[in-house]
Amino acid sequence: MIRSELIQKIADENPHLYQRDVERIVNTIFEEIIEAMARGDRVELRGFGAFSVKQRDARIGRNPRTGESVEVEEKHVPFFKTGKLLRDRLNSK
Amino acid sequence: MTGKTLTRMDLSEAVFREVGLSRNESAQLVESVLGHMSDALARGETVKISSFGTFSVRDKAARVGRNPKTGEEVPILPRRVMTFRPSHLMKERVAAGNRR
Repeated sequence: MIRSELIQKIADENPHLYQRDVERIVNTIFEEIIEAMARGDRVELRGFGAFSVKQRDARIGRNPRTGESVEVEEKHVPFFKTGKLLRDRLNSK
Repeated sequence: MTGKTLTRMDLSEAVFREVGLSRNESAQLVESVLGHMSDALARGETVKISSFGTFSVRDKAARVGRNPKTGEEVPILPRRVMTFRPSHLMKERVAAGNRR
């Protein structure tokens, strides 16, 4: 399923809404999650999962081609943990 | 880093502010979006949201695990797990936003 298919499903279920509003609604949801994580916040969606930010410490890396040492700065990466309900649904046939 | 936790309520509030719908309907729409994504994943489909990320379902083989407390061996059955791979855009925005 891709973004446009998701938008189409929501549009089909809500014939009273303009397609462009459905697009804005779906985009707002994803945008809000990214903005929260960019501020360092968590987004917890019970049953679905939780988005959070993990810190990766600075380390000495190596250029795999030359073997040269390089300093890698501390950075923050997005992380998702699947919620219990969805995890269970994946496994119930 | 403000260290807050957002929930469905914050997402529906954002939808409410963005489009002229009632709070109630905004909440229902957030729920349907999550519902459709969950349904697709439960069917084993990959959910790919451009410039956000990709949720995919993977099969894990059976293996013998161990209870870390007792050291006892326990069989772990084959199961399906979901993974999320953030888009480059998401990674960049999260890294940039949390840089000091």
